[in-house]
Amino acid sequence: MNPLHNNFSVTRGRETLARAQVLRRTGPVLLDLCVAAIGLAVFYAIVRIAMLWAGPPSEQMVVSLSPRALPQYAFYSIVRIFLAYVLSLVFAISYGYLAAYNTHLEAFMIATLDILQSIPVLSFLPPVMLAMIALFPTRHFGVELGAILLLFTGAVWNMAFSFYSSIKSIPRELREAADINRFSWLQRLVQLELPYAAIGLVWNSIMSVAGAWFTLMACEMFHFGTKDFRLPGLGSYLQTAADLKDGRAIAWGLVTMIAIIVAIDQLIWRPLIGWSDKFKFEQVESTPHVRSPLVHLFTRSKTLATIARHTTQPLNEAIYIQLAQRRKEQLARLAAHPATQEHRGGQVARWVLLALLGVGVLIVAQRAVELVRPVAGAQYLELLKGAGATFLRVNFSLLLAAAWTIPVGVAIGSHPRLARLAQPLAQIAASVPATALFPVVLLLLIRLGGGLGIGSIALMLLGTQWYILFNVIAGAMAIPTDLKEVATLFRFSNVERWRKLILPGIFPFLITGMVTASGGAWNASIFAEYFTLNGRTLTTLGLGEQINAATANGEFPIILLGTILISLMVVTTNRLVWRRLYRLAETRYRLDG
Amino acid sequence: MPQTIIRAERVEKYYAQPSANRIQVIAPTDLSVCEGEILALLGPSGSGKSTLLRMLTGLSKPSAGQVFWHDRPIATAEPNVSIVFQSFALFPWLTVLENVEAPLQARGMDDAEQRKRGLRILDTVGLDGFQTAYPKELSGGMRQRVGFARALVVEPEVLFMDEPFSALDVLTAENLRSELLELWQKKTIPTKAIFLVTHNIEEAVLLADRIIVLGRNPGVIRTDFKVTLPHPRDRKSEAFTQLVDYIYKVLTQPGERPPALPTAPEGAAVKPVSEARQPHYQELPHARPGGIAGLLELLLDHSGKDDIYRLADDLGFEIDDLLPIVDAAQMLGFLTITEGDAEITPTGAEYANSEILRQKELFRKAALDNVLLLRQIVRAIEAKSNHSVPEEFFHDLLDEQFTEEVTLRQMETAINWGRYAELFDFDAARRRFIEPEKTPVEAVDDPDAEMVE
Repeated sequence: MNPLHNNFSVTRGRETLARAQVLRRTGPVLLDLCVAAIGLAVFYAIVRIAMLWAGPPSEQMVVSLSPRALPQYAFYSIVRIFLAYVLSLVFAISYGYLAAYNTHLEAFMIATLDILQSIPVLSFLPPVMLAMIALFPTRHFGVELGAILLLFTGAVWNMAFSFYSSIKSIPRELREAADINRFSWLQRLVQLELPYAAIGLVWNSIMSVAGAWFTLMACEMFHFGTKDFRLPGLGSYLQTAADLKDGRAIAWGLVTMIAIIVAIDQLIWRPLIGWSDKFKFEQVESTPHVRSPLVHLFTRSKTLATIARHTTQPLNEAIYIQLAQRRKEQLARLAAHPATQEHRGGQVARWVLLALLGVGVLIVAQRAVELVRPVAGAQYLELLKGAGATFLRVNFSLLLAAAWTIPVGVAIGSHPRLARLAQPLAQIAASVPATALFPVVLLLLIRLGGGLGIGSIALMLLGTQWYILFNVIAGAMAIPTDLKEVATLFRFSNVERWRKLILPGIFPFLITGMVTASGGAWNASIFAEYFTLNGRTLTTLGLGEQINAATANGEFPIILLGTILISLMVVTTNRLVWRRLYRLAETRYRLDG
Repeated sequence: MPQTIIRAERVEKYYAQPSANRIQVIAPTDLSVCEGEILALLGPSGSGKSTLLRMLTGLSKPSAGQVFWHDRPIATAEPNVSIVFQSFALFPWLTVLENVEAPLQARGMDDAEQRKRGLRILDTVGLDGFQTAYPKELSGGMRQRVGFARALVVEPEVLFMDEPFSALDVLTAENLRSELLELWQKKTIPTKAIFLVTHNIEEAVLLADRIIVLGRNPGVIRTDFKVTLPHPRDRKSEAFTQLVDYIYKVLTQPGERPPALPTAPEGAAVKPVSEARQPHYQELPHARPGGIAGLLELLLDHSGKDDIYRLADDLGFEIDDLLPIVDAAQMLGFLTITEGDAEITPTGAEYANSEILRQKELFRKAALDNVLLLRQIVRAIEAKSNHSVPEEFFHDLLDEQFTEEVTLRQMETAINWGRYAELFDFDAARRRFIEPEKTPVEAVDDPDAEMVE
């Protein structure tokens, strides 16, 4: 009956067909059972979460260090990260979409994104938490929502940027094909914009979730003024374990976390990357796709297919018919009254609205300045000193990271056999959040006689060196073989080889890695310069330490000033240093012509 | 009298510039698309062919003037048109069938009807059995078939095609062309008019019932005439080649009034060229010195004079690729053009016969004599005490007259020519023109000299 199936049988061989029929006879029942089991599990999980959230807020929750508590804690943490991620995704898509299509707001929205991206997560903590607790004073939900929002602030910005720039780079003819065929906004989103942005979104999702693991410890347990917030979770477990110097518990926590991260990587990210291959905008077929058991499960299940046939498909059809109808009506209206006057009225209204908004912003900004007024001159000096120290620390850690990753990365990248061995290892190493390893490293350092000064640099290194390493590897792999052959042919000395071939070759990749790493290092400074260990608070001079201490003491003016300083420094270095180097890399050191 | 479907009245396109000048892409133009004709729009690159197409479809709003769809302003009408794109513009993440169904979905058609029509049109264009394939699994020709299917599935009244065959190899293009013609002539498709943008003269003469030739800077209609040759048209016939030659003449003599048509078919309406503002700078054709030398050598081999059309054929070039080189050689005084024939000048002959250093010398002299922009750059470098001038300076000068894209291309060409002729050097890192390094290269026949970029 269906021509698609006929075609299938014609083009496939007999063997495949036979096997496919075996699968067809027995497979679906098993698959449906699997889907049903998953459905039940999800239901139970939702009930558990609802019970936790609807309960009263527990300020003095005791974090159990028993390994038996771990599965539950891990589950809570994963749910938090998952919800924060979903929230980020929705926000990123809406924000990117609006910025790309609203010509009036575009410049403003992108500048805002640039600044928000430079603000460390911890600076969002006090206002977000206080607001959430004020909103839901009698429920645990408030604190929980606060933690999720914090994770969200760490994950969302790069995704929004990615979606925005994807929309902006859609080829003109594809866009015109959508326009000439009268695509509604919905159809354009589903068939053009989302698919085109998919690859960028997947990679940025991976980065964002990694970032969320990084901030997890800070979000699940923190002091603010006299309040001490704790949420049951993997982050609070690890932090408590470090606090009590319980080596066994730290080990348990770390193993759990690494297991989860590896599992997520294998079960979700790898298949997603494979699946997103479909959205590559290229005209030739590339390497075969990665297969995913989960995707297979969902596409093969008969129950799901039946449900879809009776719910989403008719709904979809109805929506499209509705949208087409509305377009027709709109055109008819336009033809009836060729509107021009109305336009002017709308413009006046817009200006009035804009003016009102401007006044509002000015008033609030003035309030903020008043908030800062009691800060004394000495404190300003202290902040500036801290800013200087953190600035030096960030750049020193970047240099250190570059110093070891460039030779190693080039070695891995130019020896394919080594690459096959080293890359998966490096990927696992990179996926372990630095904050989780930090207590272990710090304990070691203290035993060796070091302090947080070195420790903070170590944390920044732990968190950021991977970005550089992976980019350098990719860069070294991208150097064309014929250029290498030329270097061999002309008997380049080692120095010449590096100066004339390797360094220029990896330059664009190196810059990309360094930019990402520098952002990460700034964010890490907040966690790195202030740490509670064994009931003792370790600090070292820096802006991160000042913001942290201010958060603990509830000093809003210092938090505000510190945040402004950090974003100022990040935005300025981005504009002055990184963007220029980036342009240089794009123009002068491009190998693909 | 055939009915007019689309009518453009004094449409023009320009881009406002910061300075008082504006860049005119298309001068005020009248044009109509009538029922029952295949209309081909020809023109050199940069003549605004695609821009005109987009204004006629309602995709792009004219800066001034109006486009009417069946006598209603196009913005308020729902023009039943489709476009076949040069790059195919298929959605690579949708299957062939999904690609073809997408326009129907947008029109709010129910699923069953979508499927029925989609499969029917795939059958029509010869894609039966490829429904579930993804575009990237298909060859270029098959992909463009999907492009045609997607355009035709909505049964457009006017089918627009923007260089639909130029991304395909010669044989595939020929095949698709004749199939399209067959669909059109047998009225398998309900389309009432076809509007084809192309830079391939033969293609236009092969398909069109009416040809419009656009001139550039700004785009204006240079000539508009009907082609009455019967189908199937024979490329080798006298009438065919005469018409091709005629269009060549129009294209290669941008300054002059188009000559009379060879056989003067009825309605050979030759509209006057609107008087464009005389540009201060000539537009530098985007050609490399090496290409110019190559063309001159080939011309010498052809005893110094030949038809440009034949030259392109010999080189296996599209005329669009050859024209800039011809223009450049003409601008430098290396050849002259009369009636579509290129003839080498004595300087040109000497240039083609010389060795590299002498060539550079000749080129230097020709460039300084004939190219205002290069002359200005050299003077500016001499005048400055540090003997260096930022690129921006000239960029801004050109910007007043050309679009950003053209300006960038002009600068690129100027840098290329200047470096070759050793008129100046260019510091790419600081984006500045500087004095050429005065290395006394005495070794006249140094074979390596050519390799130095």
